[in-house]
Amino acid sequence: MRASDLLHPRPEGLYCPPGDFFIDPVRPVERALITHGHSDHARPGHRSVLATRETLDIMALRYGEDFAGTTQAARLGERMMLNGVAVTFHAAGHVLGSAQIAVEHQAMRIVASGDYKRQPDATCAPFIVVPCDVFITEATFGLPVFRHPPDHHEIGLLLKSVAQFPERSHLVGAYALGKAQRVMKLLRQAGYDRPIHIHGALAKISAYYQSTGIDLGELLPATVESGGKADFAGAVVIGPPAAFSDRWARRFPDPVACFASGWMRIRQRARQRGVELPLIISDHCDWDELTATIRETGASQVWVTHGREEALVRWCELQGIAARPLHLVGYEDEGD
Amino acid sequence: MNRFAELLDRLVLTPSRNGKLTLLTSYFRTVEDPNRGLALAAITGNLDIAAVKPAMLRTLVGERMDPVLFGYSYDYVGDLAETVSLVWPVQGSETGDHKLTLAEVVRQLQAASRSDGPKVLARLLDEAEVSARFAIIKLVTGGLRIGVSARLAKQALADLGQVDVAEIEELWHGLAPPYEALFAWLEGRAPKPETAARALFRPVMLANAVGGDLEKLDPADYAAEWKWDGIRVQAVREGGVQRLYSRTGDDVSGAFPDLAEAMDFVGALDGELLVGTPSATGTFSVLQQRLNRKTVSTKMLRDYPAFMRCYDLLQVEGEDLRGLPFRERRVRLEDFAARLDPARFDLSPLVGFANWRELEAARAAPPHPIIEGVMLKRWDSPYLAGRPKGPWFKWKRDPHTVDAVLMYAQRGHGKRSSFYSDYTFGVWSGPEGGEELVPVGKAYFGFTDEELRQIDKYVRDNTIERFGPVRSVRADRNNGLVLEVAFEGLNRSSRHKSGVAMRFPRISRLRWDKPAGEADRIETLKALLDG
Repeated sequence: MRASDLLHPRPEGLYCPPGDFFIDPVRPVERALITHGHSDHARPGHRSVLATRETLDIMALRYGEDFAGTTQAARLGERMMLNGVAVTFHAAGHVLGSAQIAVEHQAMRIVASGDYKRQPDATCAPFIVVPCDVFITEATFGLPVFRHPPDHHEIGLLLKSVAQFPERSHLVGAYALGKAQRVMKLLRQAGYDRPIHIHGALAKISAYYQSTGIDLGELLPATVESGGKADFAGAVVIGPPAAFSDRWARRFPDPVACFASGWMRIRQRARQRGVELPLIISDHCDWDELTATIRETGASQVWVTHGREEALVRWCELQGIAARPLHLVGYEDEGD
Repeated sequence: MNRFAELLDRLVLTPSRNGKLTLLTSYFRTVEDPNRGLALAAITGNLDIAAVKPAMLRTLVGERMDPVLFGYSYDYVGDLAETVSLVWPVQGSETGDHKLTLAEVVRQLQAASRSDGPKVLARLLDEAEVSARFAIIKLVTGGLRIGVSARLAKQALADLGQVDVAEIEELWHGLAPPYEALFAWLEGRAPKPETAARALFRPVMLANAVGGDLEKLDPADYAAEWKWDGIRVQAVREGGVQRLYSRTGDDVSGAFPDLAEAMDFVGALDGELLVGTPSATGTFSVLQQRLNRKTVSTKMLRDYPAFMRCYDLLQVEGEDLRGLPFRERRVRLEDFAARLDPARFDLSPLVGFANWRELEAARAAPPHPIIEGVMLKRWDSPYLAGRPKGPWFKWKRDPHTVDAVLMYAQRGHGKRSSFYSDYTFGVWSGPEGGEELVPVGKAYFGFTDEELRQIDKYVRDNTIERFGPVRSVRADRNNGLVLEVAFEGLNRSSRHKSGVAMRFPRISRLRWDKPAGEADRIETLKALLDG
């Protein structure tokens, strides 16, 4: 059979005709397999959802307990049959609960990797290379200019700045699911033991991370009630990036605007957002990691989705690997 | 090198002028000679690295990576230096400290011969980490483009030494990198450097735009002149040295040898460089023939001679006239100009007027197409450096406007690298029922940041085709975004399908309300051309 008979894009998302299911559909469907809890991949309203326990929990936290008709938890590495198609979830290393989905049928194996990264991350299980015929890769940072330095180096920059400017607070923009908790964990690993102040939008997810045994230390709400302006001097405050242009941010003394994101590699990106201290910390692969992963899977065909497809397709062609962009709509290439 | 690289990084991310001044001043204060002086030279565009050319960078990168992938990368980042610094293949570890000083990097680059230049550059890049690579490439490519003008750097020096910036500007052309004598003076360790060089630049006096409240001013206090749309220049000849400066103090004598050779006076003149002869002044299209040329052919000199229309006299035979009122300087100027080569110099005539209404009428109907308005100068104003508020005003002719339809949008560079910010627009052409849009110009400013976001969204939502960084936007009789475009004038152009080229076009208004079919037709523009 041809690979495109096993999985191909439809307006709702990536569809498997023999198995009759979608992966990360963007519209409500009968049966959805979901790679991870970010809102562009995990949407409410499907009749049945198959995902890891953590992803199901995160969806319930975000959308309410009744986010789907029925749910089923997938265990990493466990092979399941759906209408004669074998499906296995494998860790993707992106955020807590994130998984790649391997789909096998008649000696053809396609791995839909969802979003993934290769840098170690103490807040989720590490990415596993799954050999396959077709590898579906994201391309969020699919350009040779994206090279992420080690995350502990970037956290070192943050801590240095905190020591240099004890009278100012450091506002770190970080996406609420995954990046925020990773930054907290990195701070703890670097020996920072003061309370970390967080924006309300981070509270539920961070508490959930803690409940699964990931120790993030003491987290305090960054409310005016919990402290006056002076109390935030020298503080590290983490919040969703959008909050920093809100009036919310005015309670902090002369804040240093920081943003933890792979986009911070590009100076003008940092400049556009008014970021003073860019922290290049990403939950996606950089260029070198994307290309290394494609090689390691041994895939003879690569399908490239959300992001800068053309560069990765070009690289594959230069390597003699068949590649094409997979035109899926509805995924944000900006979120990191 | 790391401190210089860090300075560049910080400057790029510091939007406020004061913040930049603080960073520069503190860099100049803490970094030692000659490194700080070389940094100053780099920032002000006075560091010459002859053997290494920007084109080499592309070659070097081409030898190291696929050109298509490089093209995608450059298109995304929008800055050549940054792109190369990021994609440069790394040999060892990324965090290895770069030990070379700025002075050492500059020494190696300047010592390189034309043949080993690329090798020297590649080795320096191999040894550097990302930020230092960026800084090295910026040195090589000249113009740092980090949002710091030479003027701002001079202001930082003035702050460092607690002196007036005009003092530094006046000294500037007598100094050379690494400016050790300048720093010694600013730090109070030595007297002010002697202005050893001849024919120095005098900081130029500029005007503010008329704010609309002319009625508060007394017409009798002001002289009026035409505002000539040529190149503002300063012609200085002292001690046998003659120089023609642009208004920013760049020496442009090389591009206008015909005018420079005709300078047979001793003094400093302020005026406008124009093309043609005083009795037959050329239009802007004629002037364009002489712009941006490094070398000028004999034919060019014969067909498009340059001359100077004099506005002001700053210095005569060692006497500084700048403190005198304009009225007195003008008398001296008339006398002075009368003795100059009449083929190369003439006097900018005064425009007589009794009240503002008369002047407005003159402004609306100038006697020559290269006039872009009138200048107002207080009779009692001394010649002051910079743009002082009050003594001089410029009152430009109102721009022309046309309603055009957005056709293509291109992603911007620099700060706008993720926004579709450069717009090609067109007007209708062809018979009724068979109208099609012909592009008539391109504009990339005139709108607010909020409007930029709105247009960017419109472009993304209405894209019909993509070509690299360019998107073709839906535009037909019933769909399309109408832009009111303001422009200063039209030139005939054989390069454009429409046959016209706009001067200084900018978006003056977004006409979300106007149906695309009601935008202007090409005949409206052509009428302007013939008129």
